Amino acid sequence: MLNIEKNAVADKLEVILSGRLDTATAPQLESELKDALNEVKELVFNLADLEYISSAGLRVLLSVQKVMNKNGNMVVTNASDEVKEIFEVTGFSDILTIE
Amino acid sequence: MSDIIIKHELEIEALTDNLQSVIDFVEENLELTACSMKIKMQIDIAVEELFVNIAHYAYTPATGKAIITIEIDNDNKEVSITFTDSGIPFNPLEKEDPDVSLSAEERKIGGLGIYMVKKSMDKVRYAYEDGKNKLTITKKV
Repeated sequence: MLNIEKNAVADKLEVILSGRLDTATAPQLESELKDALNEVKELVFNLADLEYISSAGLRVLLSVQKVMNKNGNMVVTNASDEVKEIFEVTGFSDILTIE
Repeated sequence: MSDIIIKHELEIEALTDNLQSVIDFVEENLELTACSMKIKMQIDIAVEELFVNIAHYAYTPATGKAIITIEIDNDNKEVSITFTDSGIPFNPLEKEDPDVSLSAEERKIGGLGIYMVKKSMDKVRYAYEDGKNKLTITKKV
C-alpha cells in the first residue's frame, strides 16, 4: 500500500509518500507524477511516513531526479534511518539531495 | 541441535501479483525471531528483488512455480531463505555490479536490485541442482 498526497503551490510541488514504495506500488507513483511535473520548478518528496523502498521505488526516484535536473530542483526530506541507509548503500545519497 | 531449527515452505506461482503473499509469508516467519526493523526491511527488500526476478525472467514468456523455503536457526540467530525455480538456468550473482558512484545522468535504471541483496545480506549463494535454480540468502538476526 502506498498513499500519495500532492500539495502544489505555484511552481512548487510537495509529494508526501506513506506506506511502501515497491514493485507493486512504484508504477502508481510513476503515473501520478508523469503529467504533474511539467510546470514544476521545485519538487519536494516528504518521506516521513515511507516505511519501505525497494529498487523499483529507487528507479522511479532516479527517473524523476533526471527530469528535475532539467526543470529545476528536487529534494528528499524526512526519510527514516532505514530508508536513508538504502540510499547510502545504493549510492543514491550522492544522487539525491537529502535533507 | 536441529530441533530448534524452524523450517517453513511456500510454493507459489511466480507472478509479481503474488509478491504480497510472499512478503507476508516471510514476515510471519520473521516474527518468530527477535530481528530489528532494519534487518526486517533488508530481508523484505532482498525477498522482493529475488522473487520479482523469478517472476520476470525465470519462465518467460510462460509462467511457473517458485518455492520459498525459510529456515530460522534461533541458536545461531540466523535466517536463511532459499528461492527455488525450475526456469532457465540463471545465476544473478554473475551480473556485474552497477557503478554506484555515477551521477543521475550517467546511472542506468537497472541492476540495482541484486546489488542491494549482495550488500545487505551476510551470505548469498547460488546453485543449479536437479534442473533447478537455487538462490539462498542468509542473514544474522
